[in-house]
Parts: sequence; structure tokens; C-alpha cells
Amino acid sequence: MTPHPANPHEIDARPLLEQMLLIRAYEEAIVAGSDAGAIPGTCTSVGQEAAAVGVVNALGADDVILTNHRSAGHLLARGADPGRLLAEVMGRRDGYCKGRSGSLHISVKELGVVLTSTIVGAELSMAPGVALSQAMLGWPGIVACFFGDGAACEGSFHESLNLAALWNLPILYVCENNHWQAFVHRREAMSREHVSEWASSYGIPAQTVDGNDVAAVLAAARAAAEQVRASCRPYLLETWTYRTRGHFEPDDQSYVDPAERAAWLARDPITLCRDRLLAAGALNPSQAAAIDDRVATRIHAARAFAEASPYPAADELTRDVYA
Amino acid sequence: MPALTLYDAIGAALTEEMRRDRHIIAFGEGIATKRHDLVAEFGALRVRNTPLAEGIIAGTAVGAAATGLRPVVDMLFAPFLCYAMDELVNSAGKLRYMSGGQFAFPLVTLAMTGAGWGVGAQHNHNVEAWFVHSPGLKVVMPSNPADAKGLLKAAIRDDNPVLFFIDIGLLYQPGDVPLDEEVVPLGKAAVAREGSDVTVVSYGKTVHHCRQAAEMLATEGISAEIIDLRSLKPWDAATVLASVERTGRLVVVHEANRVCGVGAEIAAVVAEEAFACLKAPIVRLGGPDAPVASSYPLEQAFVPQPEAIAAAARRLCRRQIA
Ligand SMILES: Cc1ncc(C[n+]2csc(CCOP(=O)(O)OP(=O)(O)O)c2C)c(N)n1
Ligand SMILES: [Mg+2]
Repeated sequence: MTPHPANPHEIDARPLLEQMLLIRAYEEAIVAGSDAGAIPGTCTSVGQEAAAVGVVNALGADDVILTNHRSAGHLLARGADPGRLLAEVMGRRDGYCKGRSGSLHISVKELGVVLTSTIVGAELSMAPGVALSQAMLGWPGIVACFFGDGAACEGSFHESLNLAALWNLPILYVCENNHWQAFVHRREAMSREHVSEWASSYGIPAQTVDGNDVAAVLAAARAAAEQVRASCRPYLLETWTYRTRGHFEPDDQSYVDPAERAAWLARDPITLCRDRLLAAGALNPSQAAAIDDRVATRIHAARAFAEASPYPAADELTRDVYA
Repeated sequence: MPALTLYDAIGAALTEEMRRDRHIIAFGEGIATKRHDLVAEFGALRVRNTPLAEGIIAGTAVGAAATGLRPVVDMLFAPFLCYAMDELVNSAGKLRYMSGGQFAFPLVTLAMTGAGWGVGAQHNHNVEAWFVHSPGLKVVMPSNPADAKGLLKAAIRDDNPVLFFIDIGLLYQPGDVPLDEEVVPLGKAAVAREGSDVTVVSYGKTVHHCRQAAEMLATEGISAEIIDLRSLKPWDAATVLASVERTGRLVVVHEANRVCGVGAEIAAVVAEEAFACLKAPIVRLGGPDAPVASSYPLEQAFVPQPEAIAAAARRLCRRQIA
């Protein structure tokens, strides 16, 4: 494997910026479509793009990802086709799950995104088994398991960490701490400030990283993934970020403290990344505009593809229940 | 044919299958302690003890099954499955369908239940109907060691999640078990006794109660046919319907609570498909809508006994639909 810079300042963030912009544009298209009644609402990851892009770009092709209901960032950063994703959200035949999943549980096995579940904490319960397969069948790669701060309050989080530590399973646990557990603030639900604090009681090394700084996330995730590979043991990375839109579209967010949200909006991961690149001279305004154009073209094509895709045939109702 | 207990028949099935396929692993709360012969032959990586955490045992089995292994997990007693319901029902049962067929879950969950040990309702609760009601899962419950071995082999080879219920009362009863590698296909019932006047459908230990009832009925000139379902999902409707078409009478018997039990489904399907053949109403015998008591007489009273089964069959044979 080619050595990667572990220093955030040496990372070329331009491709990361483009991925973040693609995720943002994809989810904004869904929000607009859902407001217009044309696309079902989803759990967006607006504001959390750096956390997804930074970690996914630290993984190799052999690594396997488990994720949850808020998965657009993981899927797009992994290379999923926005057209097939949108088709899935819209319940169409060309969706990655033939239109049976909708937005909440999209798996793309060919990209190594497996067993996506919207049962909060289910990804944590299944991750040890996936890692056990890798370890026992001698496959290369590690398991990256994305979950929220809410999932960390489920028993499956604690059972999963205990077993992974006990059985030496190569799992990179990635907690996206976005401060919200649907309509409950993490402060009302967690006995500790950080999920990473819980990991140490299982003997699992852990770190909390600024989840809105894509280069910092990538550097931390690379180091964490290397540690999992080298030690064949779990590691927990907590990305400290914020869900700037509602839990699910539409959501008026009347329960959100405006000052807290404003503070996080001022640290928008995309603006942070772009401003830093512009200031460093690594990106000029016309290059930035070209990225925006490419992203807009892809999302436009994705929407056209999804809308042209037919609904599943009626006989799909009972197919694939049993193997 | 050597005589084996059901417990040893399960061990024999595990041994034969684990020899055949290196992807098969077994884990659970004490399986490596209790079945040290498996550890000795297959090693501590393939046969593992686990923490007392049914959720993660089941979840780990689901994750492993989807990615290349074929786990068999021992959950001890059926009521403990409540801690594993999410993993079995929402993950193993649904993620194949919901992903558009991207995954399969070849995994077997072993769980004991039933009267016999006086362990009370938190160890003895026949919950098999819960899983029959959940899509994507298969369910079996053998009545003898030979079927236990053959069904477990079939369950391990099947690419779907299979709930394998073990009747506690039968666990240490010996029975003849074929030496060869006989597999009992899932979804195939056995005619445990042939008869012509009334069909009695059952599974698990109440199959033996049905046999005793049939002996009593035979002395009265009533010929009862006993069908041992063995598989509860898929269940062998063809065998049951063919029998009822000959006898015109049906008694369904199980230890599980009668309300919404497996017997309700069987009775409904027979009523829908073979109504014209029925000479009398269908009768269901099952446990009451109550938790099982530990006290021996109450525990026994929960289970349909031979006298009650014989009485039900007798009533049907005396009665005709006008
Ligand atoms: C077992 C379960 N309980 C509740 C829900 C409803 N629900 C869906 S997402 C969610 C919030 C999860 O919070 P977190 O794990 O922090 O993830 P986030 O949504 O913030 O990304 C809830 C309560 C669910 N899907 N599953
Ligand atoms: Mg959250």
C-alpha cells in the first residue's frame, strides 16, 4: 500500500471537496424534490459531509462498510452512482436494491457496503460477524462500521465492542456524533460527553476528531485504519459534527437551539475546505466553479435517470424473500 | 442403527457437517464447554464460547452468514430469543429482501423449550409461531433423534436462517439414528402412523402423546393417522391435505399456546383447501393462554395429554356434519 500523509496539511483536499459537494447537491436535490412532493424525504447528512468523506477515503477497496439510515455520504464517497441511489430512494427498479429499500437501508455489495440497516444499532450487532468472516476466511481488509451517537446508547454498541475486543476483530468503529438522536439532544441521552470515552472501558483505543475538517478526519481515519490493520484489533474514531438539517425531511427543527445550530453552520465543512484551498492557492475560483458545474451536471443526470426508471413489476412483491 | 439421544444426535450432525464444510462454525453460551469433542476436532476458532449476550451472538451470526461463514448458534432456552429478536427478525429475516437479494443468511439458531424439567415460563415457552409469522425465516422442531440429526444437517446446508427448536423433554430420550449421512429435507412431514378415520397433526413431544392416543383409539376401532410436521415453515400442506382428504377429520395438537399457534394456520389452510372433505369441524389442542408453571402437575397440565387427544378424536368420529 502506498504510504499516505498522516499530516492533514499535506493532504490534497480537492477531490474531497468535490465528493462533499456531490453529497450536498444530491441531498439538496432530494430536499427540493421532497418539498415539491416528487421524491420521498430522507435522513440527510447535510453538515456531516466531511465526516463521511474523510473516513471513506481512508479505506481500501477490500475494506467493508456497514452503515445506517443516514448513508448518502458513505455511499457516494464510496463511488455509488447517484442515479441508482436516487432511483432507490424513489422506489424504482434500477435502484441498488431494486426499489425495495428506499433511502433507509441501501446496501451496495459490489462496493463493499453491506447489511445497511435502519434499526438503530443493528450495524453494530452485525459488524463482528462480518469481521469474523474476514478473519477466518483470510480475506484482506477491515470492517468500517458507521453509527450515530444514538446507536451508541443501544445495548448492541456495548455488546459489539466487548466482543470485538475479546475476539480481536479488525473493526474500525466510526461514531458520527452529530449531537442529535432524532428529536433528542445527545446531552439528554448520554452519561458522558464523548462516545470515545466509552471505548476505553473495553480496552479499545479511541479518538475524537473534528468531524467538520475533512483533512483532519482523513488523517485520523488513515491512522486509525492502519492501527486496525496492524493490530487486528478494533479502534473507535468519533467524528464530532452536527446535523444541520432535521432528522428526516421535512422537519421544521423548532426544537433546535438556534445559537447552537448557527455556531455549527458557521463551521460548514464544505465552506471550511473550499476557503482553505482558495487561501492556500490550491484552488482558484474558476476551478471551484468548474467543480460546481460537474457536480450539477451529475445530479441533473441522476434525477433524469431515476425518473426514467420504472417502478418494480408486481411480481417483485414476493421475490428474494428466501434464498 | 445405533441408539442416540437427541442431544447426541445434534452433536453427530454438527460433527458430520463441520467435517464436510470448513465454513461452518458454532458458538454460544457454553457450547465449547459442553461439546468439547467439537473443540477437540475443529479447534477453538470454529467452536467458541461467547459472552452472555444473545443480541450480539445472533447479530454476529447474521453478519458472518452474510459474508461467507455458516454459523450455528446455541441460544440455550427459547425465551432468551427475546434478546435476539431484532437480529433474527429484522436483520436475518428481512435484509435479503430489502437489499434486492444481495445477501443470503445461512445460519441455524438452536433453542430449547417445552415441559419436562420444571424450569418455569422463562425457560419454557414454545415461541415457534413467532418465527413462523416472520418472513424470511424457516422453523423446525423434531420429535426424535433421527429427525433431529437429519433436520439439523438440512438446516445447516440451507441458505436461509433456520430456527431449530429442541423439545427439552425429548433431549435425553434415546432413539435409533441411521449411521449414514441421511438428510431430512426441510418442509417435509413424516407419517408417524397410518390410519383412515382421523388425521392428527403434531410436532415435537406431543407427537408421542398422539401415538399413545392412537393406541387407545385403536382398541375402540378408531384408526388415527398421525402426521409429524417436523418443519413448521415451510410446512408440508400437501401431506396434511392428502391425509384429511382420506379421513375427513382433523385434530391439530401442539404444546405451544393455542392462540395464534401454528395449529391455527394448519386448521385455516385445511378449511380453505379441503372443506368439502371434512366430515366434522377441525379441532385444535394446545396450551392455555398462560405462562407455564414450574410445578410438575401444572407443567404437565399445560401440555395436551394422550387422553385429551383421544377424546377429541373420538368426538369427531362420532359426529358428522349434517
Ligand atoms: C431500534 C430503533 N429505535 C428507534 C428508531 C427511530 N430512529 C431512527 S434514526 C433515530 C436516531 C438515531 O440517532 P443516531 O444514532 O445518533 O443517528 P443519527 O440519526 O443522528 O445519524 C431514531 C431514534 C429506529 N430506527 N430503530
Ligand atoms: Mg446522532
